[in-house]
Amino acid sequence: MPEVKNRQAVTGAQAVANAMRQINPDVVAAYPITPQTPIVEYFAQYVADGLADTEMIPVESEHSAMSAVVGAAASGARAMTATAANGLALMHEIVYIAASLRLPIVMPVANRALSGPINIHCDHSDAMAERDSGWIQLWAENAQEAYDFTLMAIKIGEHEDVRLPVMVNLDGFIISHGVEVVDFIDDEAAKKFVGKPIVKYPLLDLNNPVTYGPLDLYDYYFEHKRQQIEAMKHVKHVFKQVAKEFEKISGRKYDIIEKYKTDDAEYIMIALGSTAGTIKYTVDLLREEGHKVGLVKPWVFRPFPKEELQEILNGRKAVIVLDRAASFGAEAPLYEAVKSALYEAAVRPQIGSYVYGLGGRDIKVEDIRKAFEDAFEGNLIADEERYLGLRE
Amino acid sequence: MPELKGWKEVPIGGIIDKPATAKEYKTGTWRVIRPVHQIENCIHCMMCWLYCPDQAIVIEIVDGKPKMKGYNYDYCKGCGLCANVCPKTNDKLPVDKRAIIMKPETEFQE
Repeated sequence: MPEVKNRQAVTGAQAVANAMRQINPDVVAAYPITPQTPIVEYFAQYVADGLADTEMIPVESEHSAMSAVVGAAASGARAMTATAANGLALMHEIVYIAASLRLPIVMPVANRALSGPINIHCDHSDAMAERDSGWIQLWAENAQEAYDFTLMAIKIGEHEDVRLPVMVNLDGFIISHGVEVVDFIDDEAAKKFVGKPIVKYPLLDLNNPVTYGPLDLYDYYFEHKRQQIEAMKHVKHVFKQVAKEFEKISGRKYDIIEKYKTDDAEYIMIALGSTAGTIKYTVDLLREEGHKVGLVKPWVFRPFPKEELQEILNGRKAVIVLDRAASFGAEAPLYEAVKSALYEAAVRPQIGSYVYGLGGRDIKVEDIRKAFEDAFEGNLIADEERYLGLRE
Repeated sequence: MPELKGWKEVPIGGIIDKPATAKEYKTGTWRVIRPVHQIENCIHCMMCWLYCPDQAIVIEIVDGKPKMKGYNYDYCKGCGLCANVCPKTNDKLPVDKRAIIMKPETEFQE
């Protein structure tokens, strides 16, 4: 395990901004939106202080931020931005274009509820609205993971077999503003890890002129979408490869999904983001009481870890899926995907859907315990959506 | 149209990796009406050449001056703009006095 030289108590936003400083991208175009604001503020400070020689473009909206970043990435620059909630929604059109043009942009997202009514707190509805946009989605549980994934995302997105943009999701306020201890990799090792940008089809290569974003009608559009589908299939092996490299410099081990006390678990809970921490704590409490419980946390949500979940969930007594987003008129996004993955499991567990924490509503140990207890009692109904922390 | 390629053969992201590929895109297949040049009425003013959106007007330089030679039907999509801007083509002129006449494409099918 490499020696920890630089351990600091920082906010998640600071941790992510520090990763951006170490990456030292060519271009960052961003517009401040709560709770992403401090990420860009810290980073702008680094640029102002000469600690990063990034071309910083303060734009008038997120639509412009993503547009500028797409232009920069197409030109051959390593380009980044960061956003949240309505900012991400305003980018929506260009979010698809970034993926469709195969530009390996990295964007931390401080997950927040989408309006309306207006709410600035943590919720996953912003990222879920982009889940089919063709971006890779990594989900961090804490500031450490947000920092680590920001570095790893560069290498995953730029990989020859992938060439896709990457969203690094960190829960708004909970991670972005909460102070935690983070082990930073030293600058040289981080810079060496991310390496020089791997550029493909740069617009500024005047000797090899290319056209970006031409009309692509029924004669080729379908073929280009098929290429994107293929690129997503390559993400898992590239992620594992990058994770292995990252482990060498950090001592921290990542995989497609994190398994917490799942070896002998009969009841497994699945959740994204910071709530996984609260679930781990609850799992420990329930284990002390003799319950065989565990947690599975997808680190990668797009591409969806279908095979990994099928393998680990097959034959368990029950699976409880927690979603911090609703899908109106359908099942909650994570639940829907997990349920679909289990269709072909040899021994299908009981399964239950719990929506929690919308708009920053607190999720407590008692709430998580309640969901587990429903499972212990055999009281899970696959087609019933339940709510944690909601007043009846 | 050039022969269509499969998804494994084309550059990613719809990127066009070399210049002037529009030449391979033959818009003439779209045509339903065809402009026909009646050279005996043409004053070679180059209005058609100037306005043609597909650069389908064929020109030859004779004694330093451009001469309208007709159409490259691979690219002429039959929009009729040339006939519309032609000073020697209008409703008052009898058909045999016009420099450009528009005819249904069906008349040319074998």
